[in-house]
Amino acid sequence: MGHSYRYQLGSKTYQFADLADLMAKATPARSGDRLAGVIAESAEQRAVAQLLLAEVPLKTFLNDTLVPYEDDEITRLIIDEHDAEAFSVISHLTVGDFRNWLLTDTASTEVLKQISPGVTPEMAAAVSKIMRNQDLILVAQKCRVVTSFRNTIGLPKRLSTRLQPNHPTDDVNGIAASMLDGLLYGSGDAVIGINPATDNVAQATRLMNLMDEVISLYEIPTQSCVLTHVTNTLECIENGAPVDLVFQSIGGTEKTNSSFGFNLAILAEAQQAALSLNRGTVGQNVMYFETGQGSSLSANAHHGLDQQTCEARAYAVARKFDPLLVNTVVGFIGPEYLFDGKEIIRAGLEDHFCGKLLGLPMGCDVCYTNHAEADQNDMDNLLTLLGTAGCSFVMGIPGSDDIMLNYQTTSFHDALYARRVLGLGAAPEFEAWLEKMQIMSNAGLAQLTNHLPPAFAGTLSSSAVKHYNG
Amino acid sequence: MVEDAEMLIVDDSQADDSMVIHNPWRQLRQFTAARIGIGRAGVSTPTRETLEFQLAHAQARDAVHTELDIESLKQQLFQLQQDFPQINSQPPLVLNSRAIDRVTYLQRPDFGRQLDDSGFASLKPHYTKTPYDLALVIADGLSATAIHQNAVKFIASLLPLLLKEIPDFSLAPISLVNQGRVAIGDDIGEALNARAVLILIGERPGLSSPDSLGLYLTWSPKRGLTDDKRNCISNVRLAGLSYAAAAHKCFYLLSEARRLQCSGVAIKDRSTEKIIDSSAVQTSFLLDSKVDRKGVDGK
Repeated sequence: MGHSYRYQLGSKTYQFADLADLMAKATPARSGDRLAGVIAESAEQRAVAQLLLAEVPLKTFLNDTLVPYEDDEITRLIIDEHDAEAFSVISHLTVGDFRNWLLTDTASTEVLKQISPGVTPEMAAAVSKIMRNQDLILVAQKCRVVTSFRNTIGLPKRLSTRLQPNHPTDDVNGIAASMLDGLLYGSGDAVIGINPATDNVAQATRLMNLMDEVISLYEIPTQSCVLTHVTNTLECIENGAPVDLVFQSIGGTEKTNSSFGFNLAILAEAQQAALSLNRGTVGQNVMYFETGQGSSLSANAHHGLDQQTCEARAYAVARKFDPLLVNTVVGFIGPEYLFDGKEIIRAGLEDHFCGKLLGLPMGCDVCYTNHAEADQNDMDNLLTLLGTAGCSFVMGIPGSDDIMLNYQTTSFHDALYARRVLGLGAAPEFEAWLEKMQIMSNAGLAQLTNHLPPAFAGTLSSSAVKHYNG
Repeated sequence: MVEDAEMLIVDDSQADDSMVIHNPWRQLRQFTAARIGIGRAGVSTPTRETLEFQLAHAQARDAVHTELDIESLKQQLFQLQQDFPQINSQPPLVLNSRAIDRVTYLQRPDFGRQLDDSGFASLKPHYTKTPYDLALVIADGLSATAIHQNAVKFIASLLPLLLKEIPDFSLAPISLVNQGRVAIGDDIGEALNARAVLILIGERPGLSSPDSLGLYLTWSPKRGLTDDKRNCISNVRLAGLSYAAAAHKCFYLLSEARRLQCSGVAIKDRSTEKIIDSSAVQTSFLLDSKVDRKGVDGK
């Protein structure tokens, strides 16, 4: 580890043991860092840590690795694959100067894309800690990350949605009912993604088939995903199941990922397996990752780091595998990590900024649990801020109520609200489909038709529905 | 709360409905409890659905922040002891975790898992050399509402099974715990010297399930055991798993624990696992053959 950091403020001397300590103490307050015992002991100490952190040269992060190189494959990934040429543009800057630079017109969309492989997660985390919410929004909004599979995600003035038709028993008709509801509200261009209630290969295969058949029948330009463990998805692929995207929850330390039961080699194997199916029509981004501050502490694998730095390190894992989507599930983990609306909103903006700066197609599960000090108004705020920041996608669920995972996330209606007030469209291929199917009369303006789209009118009068009605 | 909900609906029926676009697929709620077919005002959630959501959230929030009604629970348990004179007739023990209030509890799960010092002291007189067969622990968890509505009724379903099937069944004094998490049951079980501990705890409330009771069984409880040593039964409530079904599951797990002298993953209840056959095609209504292909093709 590197040296300690010291700051003289009047008669008071503040000392920080090492870079990890300085980073943690400079982090805006949140309950997870308190739980980990790494939080600043006073507001003044935090402000001093931020002043000191601003003086740290970006180069320091290449030498002073926060988790030892020899102990952690993610540190090795970050260091070994660092792009020195891309870094050369910003290599003379301190963290504080980096913030200024990011805010200048010099840091255009093109330039931000060029330097992205030269930025490490720790650099992104460090600069985010001294940025205000508006800085995080402004810079993220300049970053452009475009990915594709059966449609195109991340184009300017677009906001995609993951349709999340979860059901507590994975009932096919229950899932289909939520899927139909979502499609008829214009949701599902990022992915139709199910969290299975029963998590095994047979169930995943069943759900993959269900979604694949719907996507094929209605010719929906989108992709499906069952959010099961990466090793399950590998087995599904081997068995010939119709896998569009490979899912995995990822964390920012090797130990976190071991606790999740995978490593980088397994992700590489799964990516190759999915690519071999060649199911994308527009592009071949085949991975879907989820993250969230607090997962490393929760797995007792945080190496004394603050939770936001651990989170940013997870993005090094993600960018190795060219994902279609990365989703920070910001309020799901509970109040022991992010206590209230203020902490959830801050974390959502940090994650989105760090992800985008590192070149990821960053979306956000704008969400909360019932034991957090948060409500729908906090979610409205975060959704609006993220929409302004150019967030790639958000979740879509009937009436914000996930009856399987027991938490609240954004509804189909919420996405339409954001599209309207911010002038955002869905993925262009999906928009064309919405109009073709007469779900929307003007998809660019998020105008739904007032009649039942003919293709689905037949569905609703089908024998299955009638049978249950009878 | 039910009355309030009905009032809301009655009032709404008087409202001018012309601004709301209804969704004919709301009929699909026959397949799911998800809030589908809400309808819309513009593209936004209509007033009634917005306020119903807020009511559900308010109930879940209240469940999290309601304090355990110790006096009422004591009375209910006293009545139970009248019905089952065979069991330990001592009044319940009232204990606290190291989390001093709800705000601390929510931010420090580690405190909620540990009994405070006075708790250990008050358990000491109840320690026996001959271990109890079972210690029952009732803890607020994340929903005191779940405890108030379900805990004693569940115990009333469980006790007859235990008394009938386990010879000379001995029950430790029942503990009531404020600001408790699951692992605190192990502290208590160890301090009392119980062969097994069953903790009844309020689960994290869902928007449509603020009253869900969770049950966790640990064999040979000791401080510091991890989740893989416990068996869990979830969603015990009027609209979920019935008391009788939960009691049977619980009795099954305890019997297995007594037979194998362990708990947790080793005695997972495999008897209830359904075998899923992915090749057996289950077609949803969305794939029904009567789909209007004209519409699908956009012609």
